[in-house]
Amino acid sequence: MIKKLMLMLLMAMIAFTAFAAAEEEAEKEEIVFRLNNGTEPESLDPALVSGYPEHQIYMGLFEGLVVADYESLQAAPGVAERWEVSPDGLTYTFYLRKDAAWSDGVAITAQTVKDSWLRFLNPETAAQYTYLMADEAMVAGASAYNSGEAGPEAVQIAALDDHTFQVTLDRSRPFFVDMLSHYAFAIHPLHAIKEFGDAWTRPDNIVVNGPFTLDVWIPQDRIELVPNPSYWDADAVQLDRVILYPIDDQNTALALFLDGQVDWIQDVAPVRLDEMKVHPDHHANAAFITYYYEFNNELEVFQDVRVRQALSMAIDRQELVTRVSRGDQFPAFGITPPLPGVYPAVVGFEEDFDKARELLAEAGYPNGEGFPVMSILYNTSEGHKAIAEYVQQKWNEELGITIEIENQEWGTYLDSRDNQDFAVARGGWGGDYVDPLTFVGLFSENSPFNHGKWMNDEFNRILQEAETMTGAARLARMAEAEEILVAEAGVMPFYYYITRNWIDTDVWGGWAPTIQDFHPLKTIYRK
Amino acid sequence: MTKFIIRRLLGLIPTLIIIITISFFVIRVAPGGPFSDERKISAEVLANLEAKYHLDDPLIKQYGDYLLNVLRFDLGPSFVYKDYDVNYYIGAGLPKSMLIGALAVGGALIFGLGAGIISALRQNSVYDYASMSVAVIGISVPLFVIGPVLMYIFAVKLDWLPVAGWIDTLGWSALVLPVVTLAFPPFAYVARLSRASVLEILRSDYVRTARAKGLSMPMVVLKHVLKGSMLPVVSFLGPALAGTLTGSIVVEQIFRIPGLGRYFVNSAFNRDYTMIMGTVIVYSAILLLMNFIVDVIYGFLDPRISYK
Repeated sequence: MIKKLMLMLLMAMIAFTAFAAAEEEAEKEEIVFRLNNGTEPESLDPALVSGYPEHQIYMGLFEGLVVADYESLQAAPGVAERWEVSPDGLTYTFYLRKDAAWSDGVAITAQTVKDSWLRFLNPETAAQYTYLMADEAMVAGASAYNSGEAGPEAVQIAALDDHTFQVTLDRSRPFFVDMLSHYAFAIHPLHAIKEFGDAWTRPDNIVVNGPFTLDVWIPQDRIELVPNPSYWDADAVQLDRVILYPIDDQNTALALFLDGQVDWIQDVAPVRLDEMKVHPDHHANAAFITYYYEFNNELEVFQDVRVRQALSMAIDRQELVTRVSRGDQFPAFGITPPLPGVYPAVVGFEEDFDKARELLAEAGYPNGEGFPVMSILYNTSEGHKAIAEYVQQKWNEELGITIEIENQEWGTYLDSRDNQDFAVARGGWGGDYVDPLTFVGLFSENSPFNHGKWMNDEFNRILQEAETMTGAARLARMAEAEEILVAEAGVMPFYYYITRNWIDTDVWGGWAPTIQDFHPLKTIYRK
Repeated sequence: MTKFIIRRLLGLIPTLIIIITISFFVIRVAPGGPFSDERKISAEVLANLEAKYHLDDPLIKQYGDYLLNVLRFDLGPSFVYKDYDVNYYIGAGLPKSMLIGALAVGGALIFGLGAGIISALRQNSVYDYASMSVAVIGISVPLFVIGPVLMYIFAVKLDWLPVAGWIDTLGWSALVLPVVTLAFPPFAYVARLSRASVLEILRSDYVRTARAKGLSMPMVVLKHVLKGSMLPVVSFLGPALAGTLTGSIVVEQIFRIPGLGRYFVNSAFNRDYTMIMGTVIVYSAILLLMNFIVDVIYGFLDPRISYK
């Protein structure tokens, strides 16, 4: 009897252990990908956001007409299965997949896309990123509606039937389809927005159409995403959970990464860079970002092209990147970072200290005599300060001019620059889309980003001409415009950025370094 | 005494209103606005945004509306974090900041007093030198150095404690490093203050009298020395709480605590007007309240102070 009992007990124990082990295994199999997203998102509503961390979340939760390929960032089918463009490059027709639906089952039709874009442009929505649709993509009538000059009927977008969506542009935009993976061209769950109002993005209310849906959102702590079972390509999603941390302290993010609690981080504090560059998980790649200085062309001294040229020539950019900024960036003699095989780097001038001195003397400031007192404006940061000090020293040594440097806190700096309240100002620009226009266009006549108001008729003429062309001819013309821009020192470029990521690609697949540093979550999987 | 407490409590209200008024106008004077961004928005969109948040009303009307809302405990929508309102963020962040703040000040008081008293009673002993050395570190080394160093030693190298995070996922051990870091400066001050005042009181006449009439040393310390030496410590509590609150901003960032401190800093950079106002109001209300409590405790401790 006792033996029997013992036996039963033993069997029960074995069964229990086996059961517990199975359960443990099931738990172990949950694949969680954890990343530092840098900061707390402003919102999850694609119409109300304006930053990079928001884009990372957007790509997890939502899907536009197209999605970005994780390697090339070029358009791959999203809600639209395929698309056509008219011979003049102005009209695009998108054929939506018939099974496209929201996570609550409501279908996504061409009308949904149209209404979403109109909600985005609606002046009452007060979306901050409308310039991408209205001024960069040049969707016909978008600007008029967004500025309140016309009604929604002015916008040239149409739902031809339930699954066919058509959009007409004012100008040819070869990069238009690739742009559509940006949140400025999102499709919004209008029925949920109507039902819940401003509270529609809360975890309990949110309705999405992307590979993931929102599970947990604790502001300043974390956002957790889980797969969206009703996503059309749900089988392709392999992660069981994605956790995005808003860690703004780079040392903390690095400590968590080294401790194995975060799988992917971007950037480390400059003091740790040398050590982390040789880390096996380090990935560095050329970025679509440029660091530059602008001259205030309202000042008499900068109206003389020779002065601008002299200043731009009197910098040793190689020395700057190796000894001052120390991030292995690429010295820039143009404004657009090179796009290998598509758009080579423009070299519009040479560094030449003797020539710089000559030019300055010709302009009436031999050895810097009589050069007005002025300052370099930059936003407060150790890195910008080091560069400003280097420039200050170099201009003093080589040209004999004395210049001051002035830092302002971010908001104040933006204000000063917008009001043209500076002599020389630091600037940086990351391309919104992968085309030289996003950089060269900054210095066009009506660009709000031409803070120094540099004007050159020839440049503007060539740029306008380029915009009517297509293909290689367009890019070649664009390069001509860019050459004028840097040769005339309309801007003083320093370097093209490098972006750095740390992620163990032996463990994680479906992740690749990209030129805009966007990394769709959909494709990431554990090897 | 009751009368005094009520009068002082009521006095807090005008002080708070003055703080609200000054901060309301001071932020508006700062260049830039909540919607200034490197990607500049068009004039029309800006106008729409301003209309949406009533920034196009005359400033004095905005001020009046804001004050009325505050009286109804409605701190308005955040200009930057658009999915929730300021009340929500403060409600979510404040308890966490308060928890680490209270633990840090409480711990600093207990250990600081202990260290101070032992150092004074055993002056120039090993205990004295040890605790005063730690106190010097606490006073002279800033939190943004202490925090990462502690993190490196105890979390990264020894792996005894979690690196950074909050108790909902990591458990209570997540509190140890941030609280210890935050407790360093107040601990240092309390230890030094109490050591100095205990030393002074030990040499005073009434202690000598107490000893002379035959009281044992522990009794003297408990009955006479402690009460008297508390005074400077209590008066330090007000500033200590202020220091802990501002210190928590750094500590919250280092140890990834979703408290109120980060909103305080970020909202100032972002010109998130309502969020700055909300955090300023909460912080100043706490400070005023703490100072008030300190005043009341003072009355109990020091027979020379009368609130009649």
